[in-house]
Amino acid sequence: MTALVVDALTVAFGRFTALDSVSLAVDPGEVRAVIGPNGAGKTTLLDVISGVTKPVSGRVMLGDHIDLTQRSEAEIARAGVRRKFQKPSVFPALTVRENLEIGCGPALPARDRPARIAAVLGEIGLAPRVEAPAGSLAHGEKQWLEIGMVLAAEPALLLLDEPVAGLSDAETAQTAALIRRLRRPNRAILVIEHDMGFVEAIADRVTVLHEGRTLYEGSMAGARGDARVIEVFLGR
Amino acid sequence: MSGGVQTAIPVPIGPARRAVRDPLVAGLVGLCLAAAAGLLAAPPAPYLVNALGQLAAFAILAVSLDLVWGYLGILSLGHGLFFAIGGYVCAMHLLAHGVAATGVLPDFVQFMGWKSLPAYWAGLEHAPYAFVLALALAGLVAFVFGLASFRSRVNGVYFSIISQALVYVAMLLMYRNDTGLGGNNGMTGFPLLFGWPMGSPGVVSGLAVAALLALAAVLAGTRLLVGSAVGRRMLACRDDETRLRTLGYSTTRLKLGIWCLSAMIAALAGILYVPQVGIINPRVLAPDLSIEIAVWVAIGGLGRLGGAVIGAILVNGLKFWLSAAMPEAWPFILSGLVLLVVLVLPNGLLDLVALRPRPTWLRGAR
Repeated sequence: MTALVVDALTVAFGRFTALDSVSLAVDPGEVRAVIGPNGAGKTTLLDVISGVTKPVSGRVMLGDHIDLTQRSEAEIARAGVRRKFQKPSVFPALTVRENLEIGCGPALPARDRPARIAAVLGEIGLAPRVEAPAGSLAHGEKQWLEIGMVLAAEPALLLLDEPVAGLSDAETAQTAALIRRLRRPNRAILVIEHDMGFVEAIADRVTVLHEGRTLYEGSMAGARGDARVIEVFLGR
Repeated sequence: MSGGVQTAIPVPIGPARRAVRDPLVAGLVGLCLAAAAGLLAAPPAPYLVNALGQLAAFAILAVSLDLVWGYLGILSLGHGLFFAIGGYVCAMHLLAHGVAATGVLPDFVQFMGWKSLPAYWAGLEHAPYAFVLALALAGLVAFVFGLASFRSRVNGVYFSIISQALVYVAMLLMYRNDTGLGGNNGMTGFPLLFGWPMGSPGVVSGLAVAALLALAAVLAGTRLLVGSAVGRRMLACRDDETRLRTLGYSTTRLKLGIWCLSAMIAALAGILYVPQVGIINPRVLAPDLSIEIAVWVAIGGLGRLGGAVIGAILVNGLKFWLSAAMPEAWPFILSGLVLLVVLVLPNGLLDLVALRPRPTWLRGAR
């Protein structure tokens, strides 16, 4: 069984084809990184998986039975998919605790929430700031809070859109350690990132996208040695 | 990243305390109850009592708008529609009640040459039915309009413009004489309220007391709501609806529910307002009046229920006084007040009380 199958996915905005028959499969327990230059279609891929964008054709199967392209954002979330957005998307008017409480999702009974919130707080290291409004947090803290929010629902599929964008080297290392701790046998993690060092530290396999097509799939070491990948990232 | 010692961070009002402690709302609820008791014990001149009752009705209307605008980010520029639904149904009840008691048909029915009230007035002489009908009708109109808008993700300024168009359409409809609702003259000449002659001091006081008690109840109820888990989801939806949706929440249902509740609170304000002024006509559906409701809320302090009450009472209190003393100056004074708030106090007059400037209402709302 695979955790996520993207099957011949095509997305177009007007005459611009953002994704051109992209396929990939992610196993349970795997951390997969999707890399590629700007405009490669990485964020569009996450938009389709999380239901923000509908494709022209193709399927996105969660587990064996659920086609995510047929579901609304809220239904996809309730099926166990969570996404951390590129821009830290936390609720500024609410405290860290309140953000995490909402992150637990509508299904978790209220009596189970405090324990879940406490566990997540320990994981993301924001316990000292639990009563602070999220709007007052530093950029890196907001990134971690949002990771905590998507973690609070114990997702089966975690989508992380550039989780270390704008972070310092020390914060990037902390985030890499955090993501490695988040691996579970029954959880797949899909990460989009520009930072190759970070990708090497966290990913089991990488998928390289270029101009809406899959260029390479395999290990990060293999990607570094692949002539086409080198040309796209370094060449012309 | 290990969670260590509790650091000394200047922590703003936390969630638990925020839920129970709102001195402004508590003070206003207390003030309403004290004023209601005062009116019963030692009523001042009837015109003052009446003015106080009208102010309370406007304050309820302002709270209904603040609930959706300040806490959910939905700016309605057509809330006069729901106020008018309450007002019109209340007026129909008062006239039907008068016909049942005296047998004399209202003026506008006689002008139209009709021999009786139109068929759809049946049963409106019964107050409980009229009350339920007014709230249900406001809720139903809000539901249909809200469902169509929120499902197709009509948001922001587009929603505001459509809500404004809706109230304008309703106004054009009500100007027609053959609707059986008084046409451009509206409905007036209400003889009785619960069998008591309208305008007698007891009725005037009773209406004002009812409006004050309703304001206290609406304030307390909405305060509980915005302090609850639902209230936190409202703030979350206001600040980032997509984020909330992708966390598994149906924002359409949330928005629809609060939107309908707000419409029914606005209808309640209309129900309480019409017997106090003794008339309703299509002017309450004029777009500029609906915009004025937003002005009250903005002036008082958006996103704080007490601010909406203060704004409504301040602007309308000034209006009562100045539109009599110097009517030609009133529009300039109101415009000046709006400019002052926009330029100097972006979160309304409550900025003066808070004594520390807040950057924007988005961040500062409580």
